[in-house]
Amino acid sequence: MSDTTRVLFDAPGPKARMRYRIMAVIGALIILGVLYVVYGRLDEKGQLTAARWDWILTSNAWTNYLWPGIWDTLRAAAISIVLSMVLALALAMARMSDLAPLRWLAGIVVEFFRAVPVLIMMLFAFWFLVHRGWFPDSINPLIGVVFGLTMYNSAVLCEVIRNGVASLPAGQREAGLSIGLSPSQVRRSILIPQSLTAMLPTLVSQIIVITKDTALGYLILYPELVTRARQLGSAESATLPAYVVAAVLFILLNYGLSKVAEAVENRQRRRARSAGKVGDADAPPPVAPIPVGLGGGGG
Amino acid sequence: MTELIEEYQLLAAFWMTIKLTAYSAVISLVLGTILAIMRVSPVRIFEWVGTTYVTLLRNTPLTLIVLFCSLGLWGQLGIELASRESDTFIVDNGFRLAVLGLSVYHAAFVCEALRSGVNTIPLGQAEAARSIGLTFSQSMTQVILPQAFRGAITPLGNVLIALTKNTTVVAAIGVAETAYRMKAIAEFEPALLMLGFAVVALGFVILTLPMGMLTSYLSARLAVKR
Repeated sequence: MSDTTRVLFDAPGPKARMRYRIMAVIGALIILGVLYVVYGRLDEKGQLTAARWDWILTSNAWTNYLWPGIWDTLRAAAISIVLSMVLALALAMARMSDLAPLRWLAGIVVEFFRAVPVLIMMLFAFWFLVHRGWFPDSINPLIGVVFGLTMYNSAVLCEVIRNGVASLPAGQREAGLSIGLSPSQVRRSILIPQSLTAMLPTLVSQIIVITKDTALGYLILYPELVTRARQLGSAESATLPAYVVAAVLFILLNYGLSKVAEAVENRQRRRARSAGKVGDADAPPPVAPIPVGLGGGGG
Repeated sequence: MTELIEEYQLLAAFWMTIKLTAYSAVISLVLGTILAIMRVSPVRIFEWVGTTYVTLLRNTPLTLIVLFCSLGLWGQLGIELASRESDTFIVDNGFRLAVLGLSVYHAAFVCEALRSGVNTIPLGQAEAARSIGLTFSQSMTQVILPQAFRGAITPLGNVLIALTKNTTVVAAIGVAETAYRMKAIAEFEPALLMLGFAVVALGFVILTLPMGMLTSYLSARLAVKR
């Protein structure tokens, strides 16, 4: 809770406390009512019988569906994040280059891949490869997923790097130039390294977006967690329970990652306070930071 | 090219994308605002419900939510959002389930955007509202929310852009929007794949670019001068 939200209301007096308590009870009743209706509906449709759920305890469900699903989800996400970091660095260098045509080209590429939905890129890459037959069929879905995720996220991360560079104090660049470094040397060895450390929390939250977006692979037959959940659902005739389990696994995975992102952010804030300041907090960034991850992608 | 657009009904597909975006945007804005108010309210249980909703929905892939709406709500639980008698039952039902899935997912992001808007408001505003005796709901509707919306235009615009692109996900449940048609082109007309991709990609650039420009224009224009 931020400070702003805490001052939105007075410390409650006896009357207000009573009112809050009544509202809390009403709220709890509404929630219980909703849960009861959901429960009734599930029960009526026979979704809550043991036969629908007992597969969770079988090793078949885990060894043949859920673990491979998690593995394939993480594999695609890991390949994509590494590739998009590399590509993002290249794009960011090009976008800040002294050569105007290179700058424009990189700008067009970034804006294009930020505007096109990830799924469209995945469909394109997958079917393109299927028709060409360059690679064995088994690997095409993975390439499709990685292509879509890499293109979109490298464009996003490129902008994050650029924002990081723009928010550095001007003295950093000037000092570099004054000791005789060329503009591109200044970017390579002074500006971008600092912007990379500052973007670490954003990078971790982008990993969450990528992990969620691997689920789009469902539409190009990539055997990630959602695809496996569907197969599992029809194998065990437990469609709903299988999706619920897949959702729980995704939530646990991403919630863990978001905690990591928070920890990284706190650590950096501590470091920024004690050691030299990276990206002066007092100076407002010249470019408004893009809240990446907020609604970005989606999967 | 015209042949491609006509045969695969790309214009109708883009119109479907726009309709999905418009309906989901309105519903998720309303739902997200309610969630944001719940998260800053003095009643603990409402705060808890809002937080839980956002945590759960934000960490679930949209594909899973949309599939859950179609195969779970409709297929397994028999919840139908259109009348059986209607001639367009399948289409309407699929469309409404898709809007439902998109709305509940993006409401979590709208809530977070609004909360970031609340955080841009100086403490003095809320303190002043309290000191002249406004109640929580009065200070919310007359002081906090109007400023929060104006401060949250950029993140809200980003959510809208993401929503526009995310409507493609409902191809998973067979709603005939752009990605669904694109898939048909890719599958049956390998020769036209490049052109189809170019047209579809250009369509999305045309849809999202003005949104981005409008967002930066509005956020500069409507920013609360302090």
